[in-house]
Amino acid sequence: MSQRIVILGGGTGGTLVANRLQRQYGDQASITVIDRDDVHVYQPGLLFVPFGLAEPQEIVRPRHAQFRSGVDFRIGEVDRVDIAHDTVHLADGVEVPYDVLVIATGAVLQPEETDGLIGPEWGRSMHTFYSLQGASDLRGAMAGFEAGRLVVNVIDMPIKCPVAPLEFCFLADWQLRQRGVRDDVELTFVTPLDGAFTTPVASSRLAGLLREKNINVESEFATGRVDASARRLHSWDEREVPFDLLVAIPAHGGPSYIARSPGLGDALGFVAADRHTLQARAAQNIFVIGDASDVPTSKAGSVTHFEGDTVVENIRQFLAGDELTGFYDGHANCFVETGFHRALLIDFAYEAEPLPGRFPERHLGPLPLLAESRLNHLAKLAFQPLYWHVLLPGHDIPGVSSQFHPAAEPRAQQTSGAPR
Amino acid sequence: MSTVMLAGSTVDVDPEGFLEHPEQWSEPIAEEIARTNGIQSLTERHWQVVNFMRTTYLESGSAPSIRSLGKTSGVPIKELYELFPKGPAKLAAKIGGIPKPRGCI
Ligand SMILES: Cc1cc2nc3c(=O)[nH]c(=O)nc-3n(C[C@H](O)[C@H](O)[C@H](O)COP(=O)(O)OP(=O)(O)OC[C@H]3O[C@@H](n4cnc5c(N)ncnc54)[C@H](O)[C@@H]3O)c2cc1C
Repeated sequence: MSQRIVILGGGTGGTLVANRLQRQYGDQASITVIDRDDVHVYQPGLLFVPFGLAEPQEIVRPRHAQFRSGVDFRIGEVDRVDIAHDTVHLADGVEVPYDVLVIATGAVLQPEETDGLIGPEWGRSMHTFYSLQGASDLRGAMAGFEAGRLVVNVIDMPIKCPVAPLEFCFLADWQLRQRGVRDDVELTFVTPLDGAFTTPVASSRLAGLLREKNINVESEFATGRVDASARRLHSWDEREVPFDLLVAIPAHGGPSYIARSPGLGDALGFVAADRHTLQARAAQNIFVIGDASDVPTSKAGSVTHFEGDTVVENIRQFLAGDELTGFYDGHANCFVETGFHRALLIDFAYEAEPLPGRFPERHLGPLPLLAESRLNHLAKLAFQPLYWHVLLPGHDIPGVSSQFHPAAEPRAQQTSGAPR
Repeated sequence: MSTVMLAGSTVDVDPEGFLEHPEQWSEPIAEEIARTNGIQSLTERHWQVVNFMRTTYLESGSAPSIRSLGKTSGVPIKELYELFPKGPAKLAAKIGGIPKPRGCI
């Protein structure tokens, strides 16, 4: 009997893994993907929508059209996974048994976790660009914003693409300058981190850019509640930040079915997995890819893409009864839009923090790391067609390896003592 | 990395005073770290959080964030800030003798 591989989530990770597995197994395995809807959003494009640099319809395609023929795509809401009986239960009562399960259900926004965020002002003076609706609503608010306090607030970590809020600040600065109103706007980035980014070298580079662009930073601010009528953010330690227009990045968590599947997730609903094999801790026949997992790297499309290699290899070995050799090293890379048709690029892994250099080859690559350049910006723009035509079909991007190429100092020296 | 004397034993700490090796930790060390960080004595509630942090770290290899502490430690976030002013997750990690939470990247 052919093996039944069931993939939960048909976004970035679910799609690329389904296509790779289909190519590998042909009709030797049945591959089923389940997602709640048929709308695939190219999420990196959300950053550009509020500034009129991308149209909402330009960054959306039907999910079903992204799969190779032979992949069975079904629309359904996952209600829970019964790990002991290798069965997925859908909200409409249908049961889907599996031999191997891949969890690719990403992260969800949880604005309701922050007191005062959801209410009559949500969508008026308080927005997010992390959803298609939010990004579209914010466009009108940005276009009409002439003077006052614009506050960009990361409510809590982890979030998807942790550089996106910084990019939003850079693009807002640029747009406000072009409109000739930058001097009338006080732009503030409010973050729970102790700096612009989590790793020291990138953090100081990015902090320098924020200073240059006259963007204030309020760090170590853990937002406790939002007073919508007085237009103020309150932190748990009783600091306040006033705003006229708030761009919030809500807290993220796993989808609620994780909590209904005992043993699968942590307190926030992320799935506990081995950081190198991406096998779930709950069961040997469950693998995790993308934003859904708790592995300590960025929640990013690049990470999801690089993890794809490991997940596909390890599923093959698991089904063959062999030892898992697929090994994910935490490799991530992100283009950071800095406005004025420029971008910078960061590249890192579990044991290597982002450092200056060149990409893809450390010394010779055409793209500078951690420095602004026009080529980086063009590369970021070029990414959307690559996403639909190379990444989702499950091909490799020419010249870009899923393994990190070390030239940077191993991070081990800084965190000695931490288990790995 | 440097070496300091805490509650009569020698321990290795990072530049911010977090223990490098959780196994060098003891309760008297916790009390001393707490005092130097403005907490005169550790109450039962403090211990509940510190022990929870430490156990979670030793079991899973990473320390919980404030939000997950609020959901799972049995102590609500507001009270966490009263017990450990400024940064509960960081301070409880320091007192519990585990490395500085790296945050998320
Ligand atoms: C504003 C923004 C900018 C970004 N910019 C970048 C960037 O520049 N570079 C980069 O690399 N990454 C970027 N990212 C991150 C990137 O988009 C994600 O990391 C990536 O898409 C994760 O893929 P995934 O498969 O894990 O999750 P997703 O692609 O989000 O897919 C998860 C799927 O699961 C489905 N699902 C969830 N729960 C259920 C359920 N109960 N039942 C059925 N279906 C369910 C959802 O409908 C969804 O389709 C950005 C993200 C955002 C929000």
